[in-house]
Parts: sequence; structure tokens; C-alpha cells
Amino acid sequence: MKDLLQKAFNAVMDGDSELARDTAEAWLAAGGSPLDLVNQALTPGIREVGRLWEDGEYFLPELVSGAEAMKTAMIVLEPAMVQTDTGTSGSRVILIGTVCGDIHDIGKSLVATMLKANGFQVVDLGADVAPERFLRAFHDHHAALICMSALLTTTMTGIPELIRLFESSGVRSQVAFMAGGAPVTRKWASEAGVDYYGDSAVDAVRIATDHFRRRNG
Amino acid sequence: MNALRPVITLLNQHTVTDIVTQAWEILENTGVQIEHGETFHVLADSGLPVIKNQRVGFPRHRCEPFLATVPATFFLFERDLETRIPIGGDAVHYDPGSAAVYWLDPGADDHRRATAADCMLLAQLTEKLDGYHIQSTGVVPSDVLEDFADCLRLIYPLVFCRKPVITGTFRKSSFKIMHRMLSVIAGSPELLRTHPLAVFDCCPSPPLKWSDLTGAALMDCARAGIPVEMVSMPLAGATAPVTLIGSVIQHTAESLSGAVIHQIAAPGAPIIWGGSPAAFDMRHGTTPMGAMETMMIDLAYSQVGKYLGFPTHAYMACSDAKLPDYQAGLESGIGAVLAALAGINIVSGPGFLNYENTHSPEKIIQDHDACALAYRLIQGMTVHADPDVPALLHRLADTGDFLSDPSTRKLHRRELSPAGKAVFRGSMDQWRNQGRPLSRDLAHAVLQALAEQDSPRLDPGRTQALVEILLQEADNLHIAKAIREILQATCIHV
Repeated sequence: MKDLLQKAFNAVMDGDSELARDTAEAWLAAGGSPLDLVNQALTPGIREVGRLWEDGEYFLPELVSGAEAMKTAMIVLEPAMVQTDTGTSGSRVILIGTVCGDIHDIGKSLVATMLKANGFQVVDLGADVAPERFLRAFHDHHAALICMSALLTTTMTGIPELIRLFESSGVRSQVAFMAGGAPVTRKWASEAGVDYYGDSAVDAVRIATDHFRRRNG
Repeated sequence: MNALRPVITLLNQHTVTDIVTQAWEILENTGVQIEHGETFHVLADSGLPVIKNQRVGFPRHRCEPFLATVPATFFLFERDLETRIPIGGDAVHYDPGSAAVYWLDPGADDHRRATAADCMLLAQLTEKLDGYHIQSTGVVPSDVLEDFADCLRLIYPLVFCRKPVITGTFRKSSFKIMHRMLSVIAGSPELLRTHPLAVFDCCPSPPLKWSDLTGAALMDCARAGIPVEMVSMPLAGATAPVTLIGSVIQHTAESLSGAVIHQIAAPGAPIIWGGSPAAFDMRHGTTPMGAMETMMIDLAYSQVGKYLGFPTHAYMACSDAKLPDYQAGLESGIGAVLAALAGINIVSGPGFLNYENTHSPEKIIQDHDACALAYRLIQGMTVHADPDVPALLHRLADTGDFLSDPSTRKLHRRELSPAGKAVFRGSMDQWRNQGRPLSRDLAHAVLQALAEQDSPRLDPGRTQALVEILLQEADNLHIAKAIREILQATCIHV
């Protein structure tokens, strides 16, 4: 079993989704607890990927493929985790999408992958998402955090527009907003009424972790 | 007689033809997603196969006849409809970059959202800088409803600058309004067709998609005879293959498909093979315009465009720096020179910082100097019959007094260009005595001097006609009062 833990860790470090899936399947077949694989191999693996990224040794392709490997393993493990009642909690639901008019979703998808890899329940609404869809999804999923992304200077105004919709619908206080994307700056986000500004996928994970820690006590 | 026009080419002929072949292979087998309903139907009616859903195939044998009508050269006109600027061949024209959302005030160390007043300043500044042959709707004003920003920002170049303008739409319905505004300047839609005053940017979405907005813009512009600049923007490693050649192949496929759409809509309408690709930054997830690989993709796709017989465009001579500093000069200067050496017809980018997000008037001055250097370079070396160099040296070998020789006085202005205004070439003592100015300080001083100069305005009659068009649309959006105030505040009297 120790060998499988090392393999799963390496799969995430190397961004090898196939190895991650095979290892997760072998782990379950050998009677291992899904939570043990997550806690002892996958999570340490993705944290190490994040550390190497922050140290400048890993670049976005390594970051993305590492998160994809973790996601692939999680897909294998999740049914078993649900059976043992250790599934993700609804209190950590995050909505994410690229704002209306913007079809570019590289950054958004990267953030979604990293959030999922770090155990958040992420509802990815995709690209070019109308404000009303965000609002509907907020009600449907009881999300506590909404992440918005814009790549184009001409579409970033969709961010304050979305916040205004939540204000006019009387639910602004029930949810926090995080924004990011190439043209978005901390100052602009603050002026637009956004609660958090994330300048990278790793930053987004840190912010979300802090947010839910504060919120859930 | 010029000894040689210096040129740069990145690709050998075999590679160029191979890129084109692979692009057609992609277009035939994978096709392009066409969101705009009318465009989709026009393509289908023209015999192009629907591969699935909105994805249309562009088989080479069916499409190449449509491209036979692409004009290799056309003219843009200044608002007098007489001064004309050739777009094609190896002519090079720089214009300040288009559609930044931030503005860096002179002397400031942080960027702010751009406003309508900045649109006015940019137009006035471009008017006064001869090295920019074309202007642009360079910033997106934040003090107006997003839906109206494309129309509002067009009035400033039309009123405050005589040069043709690079612009574009943010929503489909804006085209009619902007076309009306341009027709006012030309005198009629027919004159606008024969004397184009503007170029509209149309950007496919990577990979292989023409959106509802850009598909409509391609068709609208073609039918109105307004030149289109296709701005394909593969991001190597993110929205396009990580290999530079792979990104050029994708660019070629997207641009060929756009040109087919455009020429089917209006055979012979002017169209430009442009782009804004980037080598995706694998650390920051950004789109560095100053990366050498970005510029290599630019040079390669423009070479492909020339091979196919299109006028060309690129976003070069711009920088990712946040202030007009060494990085800004390095990246913009290299870009300006490479674009000139490649003979790219329209080079958009001067003034840009922060990828393509921020305009800086100081940098517009600095980049004007960079463009002058690039123009000088492609002018090349001239072989003069007079003076006869052996005879000159025989005559002056003892005294070495070339400075006072008549040949020097006659030719030095043609041979040796003076320093740019944001460049300091004086001595150390002169520099100290002048307060140790940096390039940015010099540019700031130039801006102050230019602000003192009058800027020629559009005549009151046509200005009023433009205002009426804008206010009519603003009224439909229930923002007429705000637009009146903005126009008044920016010296356009309502």
C-alpha cells in the first residue's frame, strides 16, 4: 500500500492522469480507504505542486496537469467516499464562470481545477455566463463564494454588473465575490465592489480556503 | 538609388507553403465554428459543408476562388478625402494601439480607468505627431455605459484628428451607428465606400471560431466597403498549439476562414491579414506582447499573409511594462524595428503598456521616436553619385574638414536623422544642466509643448451631425443627459 501512496503522490507531481486513475483504482481494489489516499498522497502532492509553482520551479502546464491528475483520481475515489459518508460538504460550494460576453476560459478553468483539486465543491458555469445564470445557480447550489473571470478589457465591466444584480435581488450579503483575469487589478476589483481579488490560481485557492475557514469558523 | 531595403523573413518558402497547406487541412477536416446565424447560412448557401452543429468546413478547392478577389492594396483616406495612405506592399504605417481600458497620466505612477476625456487627448496628440499616419480609438471610456462606449469613442478621432482611424464594434447594433458617423465625414455612404476613413478590427476567438459579434462585423463591413482588419490571436500553449509554427498555422486557418466569409459577402472588399497573437506566459498566465516569441509569431504570420497576397497588420511596438521605463523601450523598440523590417503595413501598438491594456501619452511620444528610427532603417542606405567619395577624400585627406564641406551641408539631413524628442544625446554637462532628465521627463515636456499648439477640429456642421447621431442612440439607451454632459466636458458643444 505504501508503494501505491508514493505512486499517487508522483502521479500528481508528474501530472500523469492515467497513473493517478490506475493508482486510485488499485488502492480501492486493495481495500484502502479513499480518504487515506486523499490525505496521505493526493493532497500532499497537489500542495507540493503549488509550492514548486510558487518557488518558480513549476509553470502553468505543470500546475494544470497536476491538478488534472488529482481530479482524475478524485473521480475514481468519490463514489467510495460518498458511501463512507466522507464526501465534500455543501458548505464549501463555489460558483465560477467567465462573465457575460467573454468566451475565454483558460484562467477560469485553471482556477476551477485548482479549487476542485483542493477539495472545494466547484460548480463551473463555463464561459460567457449571463448574470441571471449566476444568480440562478447561486440559489440552486447555495454557493457561498462566486469567482468571476474576464480576459478582455471590453468584458470586465460584466463583473460589477453581476454584483449589481445580486444587490438588486437582495442577496448580496449572502455571498462573497472573487475576481481575476488578465485586465483585472486589485484596485479595479475593489472599486467594482468585489470582495477578493486573486492574481493566480494558487492565490485563489488560498483566498477561498481563508474565506471558508472564517465563514465556517 | 537605395542599396537595399533591409528586410527580415523568418520562414523559408517551403515552410510558408506547408503552413498554408496545413491550415487548409484544418479548415476542411475540423472546420470553424460560426455563431452568427446569417454568416452560417451564407456559407452553407455558398456550398461550404456543415461538419456539425455550427461548425463549417472550408475545403481549399471551394474556398480559393473566393479569395481571388482580395485586393492586395487599397487606400485609406484622411478626412479631406484627398490625402491617401496606401495599405499594401511593404508600406509601413504606425498607429497608437487600440482599445486600452487604462490610462497612465503623465508623471503618474499608477494606472486609472480611461475616460472620454482621454479619447479626446489621444486624438489631439495623434493629430500632432507626423510619424503616426493612422489613429485609433485607443481607449475604452469608462465614464459611459459599456454598450455605448464603441460609438462614443469614435466621435473624438473624427472631430479632433484628420487621420484615418482603426476602430471596431463592441455590439452588433453599433455598426450602423458608427457607419452613419463615418458617412457624415465622407459625405455619403457611397463616398465612404470609395474613400474608406476607418478600419474595423474583427477578432476570431481562438481556436477556430467566429463569434456572433465578429461574424456580423465581417459581413457588415464587407457590404459597406469598410476595410476589415482580421485580428486572430492564438495564445501559444493556451488557446493554440505551444509550438510557434503551430500557432501560425492556427492563425492562418482562422484568417483564411475570415477572408472567405468576407469575400463571399462582398467580393473585392478590402481586408487586412492582421493579428494579436502572444506566447502565453507560463508563469503568470498573461499575454506578453514584448516576448520575442510573440514577435516571431507576428513576423511569421505576416509573411504568410504577404505570400497569400493580403495587406498586413500586427500589434507590435508595444510593451508589457507598467511604466515607460527600460523594459518599455526595449520591447517597443524591438517591435517597431522588426515590424518595419517585415514590411507590415499597419503596426498598432505605440503607446501601449501593460500588454494592450494601458495607454500612456508619454510613451506615445517615446514610441514615436522608436518608429522614426525604424522608418530610417527601412529607408536603407542611399548610393549617391555626388559626392564622389574617392575625390572627396583626396580633397579633404589633409584637413579632415568634412563638417564644412558643401556635400555635408547638402546631404546631412537626408543621411543622418536628428535625435528623437524623448532621446537625450547631449553631453553629460548638458544633461546635468538640464536637470538630469530621463526619457520620460523629455516626453512629458514634449506633451506640454504640444498641448500649447492648436489642434484642427472638424467643422461645426459635421460635428453637430455626429452629435445628433450619438444623442439619438443615447436617447434610446436612456443616457442622453449623461452623454450631453460628457460631450460638453470634452469640448464638443451640444
